[in-house]
Amino acid sequence: MGSITESIAGNIEDQLQQQVLAARQSSTPLAICGGNSKTFYGREIVGQPINVAQHSGIIDYHPTELVITARAGTPLREIMALLEKNNQMLGFEPPLFSDSATLGGAIASGLSGPSRPFSGPVNHFVLGVTVLSGRGEVLRFGGQVIKNVAGFDVSRLLVGSLGCLGILLEISLKVVPKPATELTIVLHHADADAAIVSMNTLAGKPVPISAAAWVAGKTRIRLSGSKAGVTAARRAIGGKVDAEGAAFWSGIREQTHGFFKVDRPGNRPSKQSGKQLSQPLLLRSSVAPATKMFCQNKCQLIDWGGGLRWYSCTERDDNRDSSVQEFEDAVKSARGYVTRFRNGDRKSEVFAPLPDMILKFHQRLKNQFDPDGILNPGRMYRAL
Amino acid sequence: MMNTDQLVQLFRQAVPAQSIISEKTSLRVYESDGLSAYRQPPRLVVLPTSIAQVQDVLAICQQHAIPVVSRGAGTGLSGGALPHKDGIVVSLAKMNQMLAVDPLNRIAKVQSGMRNLAISEAVESLGLYYAPDPSSQIACTIGGNVAENAGGVHCLKYGLTLHNVVSLKMATMEGDLIDIGANCLDWPGFDLLSLMIGSEGMLGIVVEVTVKLLPIPECAKVIMGIFDSVKNAGDSVAGIIGNGIIPAGIEMMDNLAIRAAEDFVGAGYPVTAKAMLLCELDGTETETDDQIRQVETLFRDNGAIDTRVAKDEQERALFWSGRKAAFPAMGRISPDYYCIDGTIPRRSLGHVLTEINNLSEKYQLRVANVFHAGDGNLHPLILYDANVPGELNKTEELGSKILQLCIDVGGTITGEHGVGVEKIGEMCIQFSDHEREQFHRIRHCFDPKSLLNPGKAIPSLARCAEHNAMHVHHGQLPFPQLERF
Repeated sequence: MGSITESIAGNIEDQLQQQVLAARQSSTPLAICGGNSKTFYGREIVGQPINVAQHSGIIDYHPTELVITARAGTPLREIMALLEKNNQMLGFEPPLFSDSATLGGAIASGLSGPSRPFSGPVNHFVLGVTVLSGRGEVLRFGGQVIKNVAGFDVSRLLVGSLGCLGILLEISLKVVPKPATELTIVLHHADADAAIVSMNTLAGKPVPISAAAWVAGKTRIRLSGSKAGVTAARRAIGGKVDAEGAAFWSGIREQTHGFFKVDRPGNRPSKQSGKQLSQPLLLRSSVAPATKMFCQNKCQLIDWGGGLRWYSCTERDDNRDSSVQEFEDAVKSARGYVTRFRNGDRKSEVFAPLPDMILKFHQRLKNQFDPDGILNPGRMYRAL
Repeated sequence: MMNTDQLVQLFRQAVPAQSIISEKTSLRVYESDGLSAYRQPPRLVVLPTSIAQVQDVLAICQQHAIPVVSRGAGTGLSGGALPHKDGIVVSLAKMNQMLAVDPLNRIAKVQSGMRNLAISEAVESLGLYYAPDPSSQIACTIGGNVAENAGGVHCLKYGLTLHNVVSLKMATMEGDLIDIGANCLDWPGFDLLSLMIGSEGMLGIVVEVTVKLLPIPECAKVIMGIFDSVKNAGDSVAGIIGNGIIPAGIEMMDNLAIRAAEDFVGAGYPVTAKAMLLCELDGTETETDDQIRQVETLFRDNGAIDTRVAKDEQERALFWSGRKAAFPAMGRISPDYYCIDGTIPRRSLGHVLTEINNLSEKYQLRVANVFHAGDGNLHPLILYDANVPGELNKTEELGSKILQLCIDVGGTITGEHGVGVEKIGEMCIQFSDHEREQFHRIRHCFDPKSLLNPGKAIPSLARCAEHNAMHVHHGQLPFPQLERF
């Protein structure tokens, strides 16, 4: 089934292993890449590229088992197309950001789409991995079955670790059936707080919600499930059906929705100087979903039923720092976390700082998986 | 080594006298968990009532290199809470309160000794519940569920403990009190939460757990499918899932299990059937009715000889009563039984059950099978008599063969009960030396002196060298009189 043969895959695996062992010898940092669709994410690092994209191919897929296993370099598009043919899908709706996006990149970045609050994040769907550690060892953790509690859950530890612990080689995922019916309804909430209460109240009711977002005065609720269930929920919630619902959700997942567009008044080249201004800094904040709206003065898109607040800071350079600081302080007071998701200074820290006690365990784990610190050093935090 | 009085004095620095058990007879209560074949009284049991006390107890253990086994309700089935002969047991039983409920965010913060079912009972009036429902849910604690990543009959649709816990507060051996995870939907850094869940008490002692609460489904219905072959029942499960239906629960029982359960509770089970499926669907009333009809058709298309839909809530409870009583029912037809917990790809079910039958004949031990059919988690119950010399060893050997079979078809040695002491030998088959070494390294990050639950879950390299050599060269365990951990 795979796009390369077993023996070629074996050779690629050997080459990757040799590269890691050689890098260990010479203490050369490696920068892991797949489809280069998420190079903007995390901190900027310098390292010798190690390319996993060619380690590609679906290894095993039995639709009635709800499990798929593929090599890390497999394009997500290829996996999604095969699942689609079998009326199944990836339950965590990963953002692609480019057609070249690979499975390995989706797992290593750990980013989940709009369905996250309702069907779970990436790591809830990962069943097992084969990983090449910084020691140059090929290790298998987890498995290809839905229930498995043998050994520590290393496969999920690797989800979202940005390649700092190991190079993913193969991944087994739980997949889900596509819903029989799906529709999006629109409710008008000029006030974000009304939207937040509405989305969270609905999420506490037995209705088949699969996504909930608010932007520019409109709350959109996606319902997915059996025809009977969706119809009943649609009637109970009210609102109008959004004919462009599917496009809306893919737009906020892929950040092609107008909110994320670069071309906004503040970003156009300055007429006076003709100089291209820097791209807007996109901030992503994760908070408890029912958290009241903060920084009302800043234009935000709310996803994950309130749990994710996006703020695209289009301020000019001199105002940018104070504006970002204000947003970060507000999120911190709400006991949430801000990520400098896209653009801005990628050499400084981009993820919210870890408490010292937690950082200590991160450093120890990094040291146990990658004692020479050669795998994506600094991609997540300078100290890792 | 300190005598008992000295040890009591030492822990009196951390907890009051009434929180220490040192009497020999009282310690017997703690000598085993749900896997009673393994017994070992601890030197002391300490029952802290606060986080500070837990931290103080751990500090003493760290200072004096005293092994610590944490324990919830002791219902685990793999010997994970089996005491260490030179160590203490820390029971979280007194830390059993709900600390906060946040209905709008749909989470509840509870102490780790709170019972699983008590959480759902406490939030029922809000229309919410905690989804994972291990069969011991009336007694087991959330802390124990976290240690074992407990599942239950509804986990195909609603997930395991892992999928339903958002954060933990954990005391470490080095004296830290750390928050892992968050009330947000994600947080920066590595996914330490997944690492902790299912770590069998080897990385720290969890003192608080924040769980996700789900809305109680409007309606749940159950349909029984009766089959004259296990294969047809297995095909029906594949058919249901292939048709995009994820049941709330789908359970299979084989003939011996059906008969034993029926004798025990009189649930109206078909005693001549080769296999029976119980399939529960939930959602809105119309949705559930629709799906029940679809499942009924799929059962018949796959050769069901009969189907029955529970007509009301009372009959639904009756249908489930037999399945839920399957384990105690074995106790009526056999002096002892031993529960295996392998997981297999569902498509291998026919092959695995045939092989189990062959092994059952070879070892002259009856095996009844109950099966969480949706997620491939098989519970063969080996019936034996511990009073017959050698029969327990024969049973364990048969169990080990069944687990080997699970690995051979691409499955795993434990789906939901954990490794504990029970499956420590089989860990040597499932994982390579490098992989097990990596587990030890991870453990070392959190517990450098290896004092937390020593001897459990992750076998030493030396032990595996011995285990694998025995398996490869002889095919059966020699020296059955030796302790197995």
